[in-house]
Amino acid sequence: MPSTRDIRRRIKSVKNIQQITKAMKMVAAARLRRAQERANASRPYTEKIREMLAEVAGNARDSVHPLLAVRDGEKTAYLIVGADKGLAGAYTSNLIREVLPHVQGKDGVHLLTVGRKARDYFKRRGYTLDQEYTGFSEKPTHQHAVDIAREVAGAYADGTYDEVYLVYTQFFSPINQKPTLIRLLPVETSGSQEGDQPRDYIFEPSAEEVLALLLPKYLETVVYGALLQAAASELGSRMTAMGSATENAEELISKLVLNYNKVRQANITREISEIVGGAEALK
Amino acid sequence: MANKIRLDVVTPERMVYSDDVNMVIARATDGDIGILPGHAPLVAGLQVWPLRVLKDEGEMQIAICGGFIEVHPEKVTVLAACAELSEEINVERAEAAKERAESRLKEPTADIDVERAEAALRRAVMRLRIAEHGRFQ
Repeated sequence: MPSTRDIRRRIKSVKNIQQITKAMKMVAAARLRRAQERANASRPYTEKIREMLAEVAGNARDSVHPLLAVRDGEKTAYLIVGADKGLAGAYTSNLIREVLPHVQGKDGVHLLTVGRKARDYFKRRGYTLDQEYTGFSEKPTHQHAVDIAREVAGAYADGTYDEVYLVYTQFFSPINQKPTLIRLLPVETSGSQEGDQPRDYIFEPSAEEVLALLLPKYLETVVYGALLQAAASELGSRMTAMGSATENAEELISKLVLNYNKVRQANITREISEIVGGAEALK
Repeated sequence: MANKIRLDVVTPERMVYSDDVNMVIARATDGDIGILPGHAPLVAGLQVWPLRVLKDEGEMQIAICGGFIEVHPEKVTVLAACAELSEEINVERAEAAKERAESRLKEPTADIDVERAEAALRRAVMRLRIAEHGRFQ
């Protein structure tokens, strides 16, 4: 039976933890709002680029751009967008569960990771990482996406990779996120543009050259979109996790307080009966 | 109004500018193009160069660091990696960037990406130019 002092000490420490989880929840909520705003702000650009790519690709159908080349090779790269920090519930483990079936026990798999947690997981299990990016998982900027996209595109163009997949967590709501795997390279341009009537565009200087300029930009926006989604997911997941941690702490505290009162009451009762017993003996 | 064309300047981070204007002059990869209302559909790549916008009140310039222009008869969309209005430009930062890029280009060492330094220099010079002359005239 723990003494009242021990229980008091535990109550205090649980309260401290609760304060921390509460603060983390608030911080995550505030950052999540900002991340969502940024994701919304990037939408017009992303949609426009996608639209343009479909139109340009439709007009430059027989061009051979290195980022469109389909090769059947074994060298598959995975760009895994994870978190820098933990305390986000099952965020990282859900992401890794999505990747593992594709990489476990296979040759010719190359890994690139964003975020410390993803890096640590694969490093500890003996995978070699081609490239790691850390320090910006919560607040990615477009420049980060540009750097990543440039590197990936370069490696794809010179034949280091035959296929590149992008793994990230799609954000639906703070309590609903889904890990997703999409193919990044070669770029698929065969969108359903047959349905709507093709506009007659003038291309300066030519459709092929515009396409060559557009493809790297397209890649950047896809990566940027994924980084933003992943950031929002991470924050949303942390918010939910910390919210339930705060609730659990509350529950634990009320149990401990009940227990504390019981022990205290038992002590008082025992002392009274001791005194009464002592007084009886003196009679 | 018939003699106006809608101009949207969009970057991945935000919508920089959106208004009805009289004329847009942009530097495409193979030379300047001027766009008036009713222009034929066009898609072109842009250089790192100020985008000149003509309105009733006069001319203003927007810093564009490379991107695309898409023209429809009643609408112009500029997609740029970054874009700034003249009053948003941080002159001190642009000057520092210019000096940095110049010193890198003067003494190129093995670990310096010359292409990147040149691009940075072009952006800085353009920003300074716009900060100085880009307001309504």
